[in-house]
Amino acid sequence: MSTAEDIVTEAPAVEAVPKRAMTLGFGTSLVVLAVLILVPLFVKNFIIFQLTMLLIYALAVLALNILTGGSGQFSLGQSAFYAVGAYTSAILMEHVGMNYALTLPIAGIVCFGFGFLFGQPALRLSGVYLALATFALATAMPQLLKLGYFEHWTGGVQGLVVTKPDAPELLQAMASWFHKSISQDMWLYYFTLAVGIAIYIASVNLLRSRSGRAFMAIRDNEIAASAMGVDVALYKTLAFGVSAGITGVAGGLGAIAVQFVAPDGYTITLAIQLFLGMVVGGVGWLPGSIVGSAFIIFVPNIAESFSKGLSGAVFGVLLFLVIFLVPHGARQVAIVAQQLIGKLKKN
Amino acid sequence: MLSRLRIAAAAAAAAAVAAFAVTSTAAFAQKKYDTGATDTEIKIGNIMPYSGPASAYGVIGKTEEAYFKMINDQGGINGRKVSFVSYDDAYSPPKAVEQVRKLAESDEVLVVFNPLGTPSNTAIQKYLNAKKIPQLFVATGATKWNDPKAFPWTIGWQPSYQSEAQIYAKWLMKEKPDAKVAILYQNDDFGKDYLKGTKDGFGAKAASTIIMEESYEVSEPSIDGHIVKIKAANPDVFLIYATPKFAAQAIKKTGELGWKPLQIVTNVSISVGSVMQPAGFENAQGVLSAAYAKDGTDPQWVTDPGMKKWSAFVDKYMPGADKTDNSVVYGYGAAQTLAKVLEMCGDDLTRANVMKQAASLKDFTPDTLLPGVKINTSATDFAPISQLQMQRFKGQKWELFGETISGDVAAE
Amino acid sequence: MELFANQVLAGIATGAIYACMALAVVMIYQAIDHLNFAQGEMAMFSTFVSWQLMQWGIPYWGAFVLTVAFSFAAGIAIERLLFKPLAKAPILTNVAGFIALYAIINSVAGLIWDFTIKQYPTPFGSSPFLGSQLISTHQAGMIGITLLMLVMLFFFFRFTRVGLAMRAAASLPESARLVGINTSWMIALGWGMAAAIGSVAGMMIAPVVFLEPNMMLGVLIYGFAAAVLGGLTSPFGAVMGGFLVGIFENLVGTYIPGVGNELKLPIALALIITVLVVKPAGLFGRPIVKRV
Repeated sequence: MSTAEDIVTEAPAVEAVPKRAMTLGFGTSLVVLAVLILVPLFVKNFIIFQLTMLLIYALAVLALNILTGGSGQFSLGQSAFYAVGAYTSAILMEHVGMNYALTLPIAGIVCFGFGFLFGQPALRLSGVYLALATFALATAMPQLLKLGYFEHWTGGVQGLVVTKPDAPELLQAMASWFHKSISQDMWLYYFTLAVGIAIYIASVNLLRSRSGRAFMAIRDNEIAASAMGVDVALYKTLAFGVSAGITGVAGGLGAIAVQFVAPDGYTITLAIQLFLGMVVGGVGWLPGSIVGSAFIIFVPNIAESFSKGLSGAVFGVLLFLVIFLVPHGARQVAIVAQQLIGKLKKN
Repeated sequence: MLSRLRIAAAAAAAAAVAAFAVTSTAAFAQKKYDTGATDTEIKIGNIMPYSGPASAYGVIGKTEEAYFKMINDQGGINGRKVSFVSYDDAYSPPKAVEQVRKLAESDEVLVVFNPLGTPSNTAIQKYLNAKKIPQLFVATGATKWNDPKAFPWTIGWQPSYQSEAQIYAKWLMKEKPDAKVAILYQNDDFGKDYLKGTKDGFGAKAASTIIMEESYEVSEPSIDGHIVKIKAANPDVFLIYATPKFAAQAIKKTGELGWKPLQIVTNVSISVGSVMQPAGFENAQGVLSAAYAKDGTDPQWVTDPGMKKWSAFVDKYMPGADKTDNSVVYGYGAAQTLAKVLEMCGDDLTRANVMKQAASLKDFTPDTLLPGVKINTSATDFAPISQLQMQRFKGQKWELFGETISGDVAAE
Repeated sequence: MELFANQVLAGIATGAIYACMALAVVMIYQAIDHLNFAQGEMAMFSTFVSWQLMQWGIPYWGAFVLTVAFSFAAGIAIERLLFKPLAKAPILTNVAGFIALYAIINSVAGLIWDFTIKQYPTPFGSSPFLGSQLISTHQAGMIGITLLMLVMLFFFFRFTRVGLAMRAAASLPESARLVGINTSWMIALGWGMAAAIGSVAGMMIAPVVFLEPNMMLGVLIYGFAAAVLGGLTSPFGAVMGGFLVGIFENLVGTYIPGVGNELKLPIALALIITVLVVKPAGLFGRPIVKRV
């Protein structure tokens, strides 16, 4: 409309979070870990399954958090990477007969490559444009999965049924000494927990490393970062690759836990859920991922118990409540709590 | 009504006695229960997409809930109240798995009844069969539910999509042997099943008869472009394998283009009120389809005793519900079938017996099925409804013609 | 060749749907600088309101005017009640708010009006337009209304004080405040106008796709794509983008052998992304220069 070019000072889309504030203290971490290890011993298999899904979605939210909170790039297309990971694991297990644990690194590597490649065109896009590009990827993925050409491998619209693994015999034998048995659900939970912890520690270290500092420099000010000698293109695509890789591992775990992959499981709705999980957990705060994951798993169930017909509306209202009370997500709660504890210690 | 139910119950109990006496020497009077059944209550689990893209089908769950409320008001089944626990899976397979496990392990239901959608049912089938929990009367028309050997705890309900498509193909081969056929199908399990059934039905003639297969995605706002493309190929038969909204769009657009092929629309999209009327009655004249249930808005059933009962039920237990919605008819019929099976179980409410009774339905006719269509199952036939009758749209209603055709397709 | 011409015409007809929606998308982008995911649902709800008014016996144009007025007021109310408190929250939190709003409107509409499709009347009739059966008089009318809104918007932003103030508030909020513009109310006004334009779009689209709570699901994706392709800063670009996406999509579906039909949306989106990579501000958008 105007002939003159607009000049805007663009505020960064994601606030700067100092890297120390991105993690939990050592003591708190141990407490959380202890809870995660002990809880399954006292609950029903169904709850264990829910907790497994909680960890899996937490991993996927964590991956998005590295991308958005770490490098400042926005993605509504995480469901696509999750789907590729899930299908990679499912196909390797069912068609090749590979061990489930081995399929996960492969799913991760495949998704890393996919994400890295997708990061190339995404380099030229930012803000809403990147949102649209990733959104497009998420919409396109289910259609690609059911494409006739891949049907032999993917099972087309019918999807693939996956066999759930038993606990290793050695562990089962050990458990039987104590007259206990390890159910498939419990084994998968601890397996997922182990994978999750490994990835969490690796992520924390990544963000503290040289690469992590480069991510955050880009997030805070891209031009300044490049002036300081950060290879912006490389690190931005790398962030996409790492995020996609972790999402892919989560997808693979999800396929094993649910025992089924189908195009309908990986629609844009999943990408939106993961995004909501990140916002509720706190953008840029890695431990918040598990809080966000709990939100997207349990809040729809709570909403449903209020009213079947209005479950969507109740969910929306609850979401509004959360973002009104804590616009910065669980991170805000954590900071307030930390300050309170600090005060108490002084007194 | 009450007394009739009691008589039916007594008859069912008598039948159960006879069946039981043959197979077991145990004293009949003994009551047998599995998890989810007691002297006073039977717990039924259900999964429906109350939210998300398929939320239109949520009405089925609400209808079934209302139906069992009516049953409870009438004294329950053999004196036991039915408790109907229904959860939302948003049409997402992972969520369906979570919800079915909640039903089985937390709510401890006796059976999982009428969960909706092929993907969701596929996702939970293995789990339910491993746990030996009946997956009764699933709300999808895929053929794979009729597979008692591999999945003895899963049973279908409605006619399968493939058998319906075969009926159309066979009818066309007889009535229009030189037809040039174009197919519009939804690009998912539903549409692909119809496509396969049609090709199987044409057999060797499929390649020469079908001149075009065009698919659309549910995410498309309007499918007008596809219709224009199909018209350009100039077929004289147009098969519309689409869900209600898109079927209405297809019929409407075909009319607007001034194009008059012979149109056949899938049974899923035959509602007078929510497909034919929005498409425009003038555009819908002469459209063919096949049916197994009566239409809630079709004037010819106003005096039908079965549909009168249905109508009274909707007025009393679902006030304000949309009677043009075929899902209300569907849910009623499915719920009535389950009620019948539970009645036949008598006091032996074990999961094995529920499954056995579900597989021994003989000429059962819910209020909402077309005259002549009967539910029959056996240990080797897990496809309860397998009859359909062709119909033609004329004026403002469907006119049935020909005989009821049976079309079972075995699962592969 | 005839098929080509037909597909282009049919593409324009479908493109009119996208163009209508894209215009509303651009309007909100002008006001708040990002995309509103609940926009389609707001339009859907407005359309249901107009349908309800007609059910109560109000004639088409009466219902039309009332609905536009209602939508304008509702848009302002939503901004004041739900998004003004979030003004200081991070952008991503606002996006979560849009998703919440989406869920609420969709669910409430489903509860009030059910999910079965409803016929929606058109004031233009649905006979062939100028002898071509590919474009009906309704679609021609829809294109006309879209262009009319475009012209009105152009004059509004160009020649009215309020329009100028809105542009100032959106592009340089701090400077705008310094010259005495109430930027907060400008945002509310933007919401109101976007909702009003969206309601017109909904009422134009409904006769083609039928009225139901999920009617805007697909339209919104295409509307976003069209707006981004044309350039989010240009209402004219958005309308052109709508038509281009409509034509694009039909040609891809018809002429790319094998996968074209199954993958027409992904291919169309990929083309748009390619365009963006070459022209990051869209075909008709102004390039944005960043200040370090």
